[in-house]
Amino acid sequence: MMKWRQYVQKGLVILPPYLWLLVFFLVPFLIVFGISLTEPKIAQPPYSDIVTAEDGRWNIILDFSNYLWLLGDELYPAALLNSLNIAFWSTCLCILIGFPMAWFIAKAPTGRRNLYLMLVVLPSWTSFLIRIYAWMGILRSQGPLNQCLMALGIIDSPLRILNTEVAVYIGIVYCYLPFFILPLYSHLIKLDGRLLDAAADLGAGTVTRFVTIVLPLAMQGVIAGGLLVFIPIVGEFVVPELLGGSNVLMIGKVLWTEFFANRDWPVASAVATVLLVMLLLPIILLQRFQDLKSTDQRGQ
Amino acid sequence: MKLNRIHWPSLSASTMVLGVLFLYTPIVTLIFYSFNGSERVNVWSEFSVHWYVELFANEALMSAVWTSLKLAVSSATMAVFLGTLASVALTRCGHFKGRYLFMGMITAPLVMPDVITGLSMLLLFVNMNELVNWPEGRGMLTIWIAHVTFCMAFVTIIISSRLRDVDLRLEDAARDLGAGTLTTFCTITLPIIAPALIAGWMLAFTLSLDDLVIASFVSGPSATTLPMVVFSSVRMGVSPQINALATLMILAVFITSLLSYQLVKKKAN
Repeated sequence: MMKWRQYVQKGLVILPPYLWLLVFFLVPFLIVFGISLTEPKIAQPPYSDIVTAEDGRWNIILDFSNYLWLLGDELYPAALLNSLNIAFWSTCLCILIGFPMAWFIAKAPTGRRNLYLMLVVLPSWTSFLIRIYAWMGILRSQGPLNQCLMALGIIDSPLRILNTEVAVYIGIVYCYLPFFILPLYSHLIKLDGRLLDAAADLGAGTVTRFVTIVLPLAMQGVIAGGLLVFIPIVGEFVVPELLGGSNVLMIGKVLWTEFFANRDWPVASAVATVLLVMLLLPIILLQRFQDLKSTDQRGQ
Repeated sequence: MKLNRIHWPSLSASTMVLGVLFLYTPIVTLIFYSFNGSERVNVWSEFSVHWYVELFANEALMSAVWTSLKLAVSSATMAVFLGTLASVALTRCGHFKGRYLFMGMITAPLVMPDVITGLSMLLLFVNMNELVNWPEGRGMLTIWIAHVTFCMAFVTIIISSRLRDVDLRLEDAARDLGAGTLTTFCTITLPIIAPALIAGWMLAFTLSLDDLVIASFVSGPSATTLPMVVFSSVRMGVSPQINALATLMILAVFITSLLSYQLVKKKAN
C-alpha cells in the first residue's frame, strides 16, 4: 500500500516537467527534421506534406533536396564555417579576459567577493538588445570612440568599426563574458590556496605554479564555461545583425533570412537541423562537465 | 625567466579594472545621451528630458512594455513551479526511467541557439494547430509556452544546486516525527530553498523580458513584445527614445539589485 502511494507521489513530481519538456522541447526538433525533408509550397503552412494518402494508400515522401541545395550553394557552408570560426575566437577572448577576472574575484577577501560578482553580473540583467544598441552608438564613425581617438591624435580620420567583424567580436565578447566568468569562478573558489603555498615553499616559480597546479584544477571550469558561451555564439543572430550589418555572414542570420524574408520553411528547417547536429557533440560534452549526475543525494 | 618577474596579482587586478570599464562603458553612454536635447544622436547640445516625454507618449511602445511585463511575470511563475518539481525529481527521487534524457532536456535549453528553439517551437505550434486545433493562432499563449520552456531550464539549475546543499537530516527528522512527504517539503525544505526560488524567478523574469528571437518566431499579429518594438526601431537607426527607455530599465535593475544586496547583507549579519 505504502509503495503504491510513493509511486503516485513520485509520478506527480516527475511527470509534469518531464512531459512539458518532451512535448515543447524534444518533439519540436523531430518536427523540424521532418519539415526539412519536404518541399516549399505556396500554401498555409508553406511546405508539402510528408505523408499523403492516395488511392487508399499512404505515401511517405522524403525529399533530401534541401540538404543537397545547402551543400551546393557556397553561402551555407561559408556561413557555417564563419560562425564556428567567430565562436571559437570569441570564446578564446572570453577565456583570456575572463580568467584573470574570475581569479581576481575568487582571491578577493570574502566580504568583497559578492560585491565584485554583482559588479560583473549586473550589466547582464539589463536588456541584451539595448546593450548591443549602445555599442552601435559607440562604434559608429561619428561616435564617441572615434571622437576620443581623434581628439587624442591617435588617428586622423574616423575608423570604420561598425558593420565589420571587429564590431561583432566586441559585441559577442561583451555579452557573453559574464556567462564565462560565473561558472569559472565557482570552480576557482574551491581551489585550495595551501597547494600554491606549498608549491612556492618547494621553490616553484609563478609560471610553474600556474601551469602545474592552477591550470589542471581549473581546467574543468574553463571547459564548462567555454562550452557555455561557444554553443550559443555559433547560432547568434542579434549581434551580427545589428553590429555586423551585411558584411558579416553567420548561420543564425541565414536561418532568420530564410524564414522571415524568403519564407522558405523547409530550407530554414534544414539549416536548423545541420546546426543542431553540429552542436550535439559540444552539448553532450557540456552535460558531462556540468555534472548534474552528482545532484542526486538519495539516488544511486 | 622574464615571465617570472611579472607581478601576477596586479595583472589580474588590472584586467578586472579594464573588464569592468568595458562592461559599464555602453551603459554610461546610454544614460548620458538619453538627456541630450539634440536631434542628432552623437552631438551634445543641452540637457533635456525631451526623449522621456516622447517615450511616454509613444503608445505602441507603452503597450508593448505592458505585454512584455505580463508575459514575464506569468512565464517566470510557471517556470519556477515546473523548475521546482524538476529539481525535486533530480535531487530527491533516486533513479527513474529516462532520467538521463531528462537531464539532457534540462541542459540543452541553456545553450540552444535562439533561432533553433524559435523555429522548432513555431513548427510545433503550426502542427498542433492543424492536428488538435490548439493553440488557436499565435500570440500571448504561444510566447508564454515558449518562454516557460526555456526559462524552466535556468530555474532548475539554480534550484537544484540549492536543494543539493540542504541538510537531509532536517528532512529525515521531520519525517521521523510523523510528517508526510508533502508536509515535510512545505514546512522544512521550501523555506530553506526560498532564496533560490526568488533568484530563479528573477532570472526567468529578465530572460523573458529580454527575449527577441524566440518571441519573433512564435508570436502572431496580436502580440508584440517590447524587444520586438525596440529591434524594429533600432534597425532603422539609432533612436534617442530607446536611450530614455534603456535608462529607466537600468535604473530599475540597479535599484532592485541594491535592495536585494542590502537584504542579503542584513540577513547575513
